[in-house]
Amino acid sequence: MIYEDSKILLEVRGLRATVDGIEILKGIDLTVRTGEVHAIMGPNGSGKSTFAKALAGHPAYRVSGGSVRFEGRDLLALAPEERARAGLFLGFQYPIEIPGVANSQFLRLTYNTLQAQRGKDELDPLEFDDFVREKMKLLEMNPDFLDRSVNEGFSGGEKKRNEILQMALLDPRVAILDETDSGLDIDALRVVANGVNQLANKDNAVVLVTHYQRMLGYIVPDYVHVMSAGRIVKTGGAELALELETRGYDWVSAGQREASGALA
Amino acid sequence: MSATLDKLVNQPYKHGFVSDIESDVAPKGLNEDTIRLISAKKTEPEWLLEFRLKAYRNWLGMQEPKWPNVKYPKIDFQAISYYAAPKPRKKLAGMHEVDPELLRTFEKLGVPMNERAALAGVAVDVIFDSVSVATTYKRKLADVGIIFCSISEAVHAHPELVQRYLGSVVPAGDNYYAALNSAVFTDGSFCFIPKGVKCPMDLSTYFRINTEASGQFERTLIIAEEGASVSYLEGCTAPKFDTNQLHAAVVELIALDNADIKYSTVQNWYAGDENGVGGIYNFVTKRGLCKGVNSRISWTQVETGSAITWKYPSCILRGDNSVGEFYSVALTNNHQQADTGTKMIHIGRNTRSTIVSKGISAGHSNNSYRGLVRITPRADGARNYSRCDSMLIGERCGANTFPYIQVHNKSAQVEHEASTSKIGEDQLFYFAQRGIGAEEAVSMIINGFCKDVFQQLPMEFAVEATKLLGLKLEGSVG
Repeated sequence: MIYEDSKILLEVRGLRATVDGIEILKGIDLTVRTGEVHAIMGPNGSGKSTFAKALAGHPAYRVSGGSVRFEGRDLLALAPEERARAGLFLGFQYPIEIPGVANSQFLRLTYNTLQAQRGKDELDPLEFDDFVREKMKLLEMNPDFLDRSVNEGFSGGEKKRNEILQMALLDPRVAILDETDSGLDIDALRVVANGVNQLANKDNAVVLVTHYQRMLGYIVPDYVHVMSAGRIVKTGGAELALELETRGYDWVSAGQREASGALA
Repeated sequence: MSATLDKLVNQPYKHGFVSDIESDVAPKGLNEDTIRLISAKKTEPEWLLEFRLKAYRNWLGMQEPKWPNVKYPKIDFQAISYYAAPKPRKKLAGMHEVDPELLRTFEKLGVPMNERAALAGVAVDVIFDSVSVATTYKRKLADVGIIFCSISEAVHAHPELVQRYLGSVVPAGDNYYAALNSAVFTDGSFCFIPKGVKCPMDLSTYFRINTEASGQFERTLIIAEEGASVSYLEGCTAPKFDTNQLHAAVVELIALDNADIKYSTVQNWYAGDENGVGGIYNFVTKRGLCKGVNSRISWTQVETGSAITWKYPSCILRGDNSVGEFYSVALTNNHQQADTGTKMIHIGRNTRSTIVSKGISAGHSNNSYRGLVRITPRADGARNYSRCDSMLIGERCGANTFPYIQVHNKSAQVEHEASTSKIGEDQLFYFAQRGIGAEEAVSMIINGFCKDVFQQLPMEFAVEATKLLGLKLEGSVG
């Protein structure tokens, strides 16, 4: 939702990033305010996931230029775990598996780490159990999830639900959801989207990174940005996603090529 | 990120110090006179001297094993002192008589033995440079007929038991290092659980090497008679030295009908510095004989120290329906080398064995699992399940699995599973993105990886092992 006196949460200016020495992001500008839902779309290889990981501080993604302010702080000066503790959440496209570590144990550790950071009370295992079970209802998750090893043997849909469960527990200021819709069947997509909608409020913001429009049928974005070759080349409202669905990405990218050709 | 990993796994050894206790050290070198000296110092009976000399003559004709996947300079056996005992050597009536310097050493190690013994209800037979200086709870154990003492003491107090069982599982000529141990062993533990007795507490021995360049040749003998059971804990730390120290222990376990022996080890000996200088050579022979029907021997080990580990705690499943188990975590880091595993020899009918091995390699280390499962022709219905998992931390370490499976009976069922995984930047990034730093992340991943083994450890030991792995892998994260 866009509203009058919203505050700026995330301000990206001219962000450039390289992977293995190759420049993938070539100057991204993006401003995200409280209450907003942004969708970042674009064809494969356009740099969407790189943008998400660079913001979260993945060490393989080196920032080579530009600036990022997160609630006024210099985000790029923070270590990845400090960015998380500051309230930046990344929902992973491919969550890792941690054999032998119970999901409940992992979730409680992450929850308590952030609680401690915020000067709030940590929960003991029993208190946490009640708390997490309540959150799991939101995502229609089976309580068995708590006893299984983190993501081990989870289906694609279960892993994504587990990501959104973590978002629910950690209550981030900005949640970047990287291809959360991939690998979800239609029922799981509805449940996950419903969960995200319930978590979105006027004090936080959600950035959806997605290739397809289908998730945007459930989570209606305030802004849709189209990425191509490491830049945001077009920004519009929710209707832009529908147009992309019918026309594909080529016309936007072609427009971009013409524009840069004209500049040159 | 790999720099972070390096920092994490390259922690200086925290137990590296030499305590200042005057030692009675034998001159360096090995010959029959050295052996006679050891035997005389310990006022041993003639049969034991003969046992030693026979082993020594065997050893002279043997070759060092070349098959382990480890590299080290040739050992000069004449440069080692084969006997060292802390002074004073008079018998101690209680903890208050123990040298305060020795007690402080244990304090530094974080194992205040008096408190520890009381807290955990553990009888601690402390071995400090080969001679036992304190034994607790002995009386309580004696009430139920259990003998738990140093092997030197047992030689004098229970010669018939020692003579009957010593070398019955690991013969004096078994292998190069077992022969050497049989010739020169100075002390160790003896444990005898009589028929029908369940040992009321875990028995524990702390081994510690303290004199520079004194080889350690511990000898442990544990016998569980019919229907008896015991859980035995062995924990080790050693001070930091630049010269390599040879450790060649022999442990023999004997389980008669329906007896049950559980032997747990946490080993944290000095592993050498980050360039691979110094550290203990740990060449150990551990073997259990399931002699009786329905007997069970279970080995659990957490190996984190030593420059080189060469160790295969094994079970000979002779009794029908007997059970052998091996649960192992071996962590290597910097330039450590480990070649460890087990042997399960199925001889009796319906014998079963389980092997769970978890190898963790970091730094430049090399970690090999080597295991033998042999089903002999008359072992009808024998079963084995083996699982060998390796975890690599960083880019420069190695992991190997060498399973040897020899099946000579068609009714046997043998299963072997293996996996390799890695802690890399994607794993650590996932944790970081949830606010968890690299140190805690590595610790959590490792503990999850080792869970199946830690579950086998007695509660107190499991906590210690978890802390130890954390200690070995923690550090200042940038």
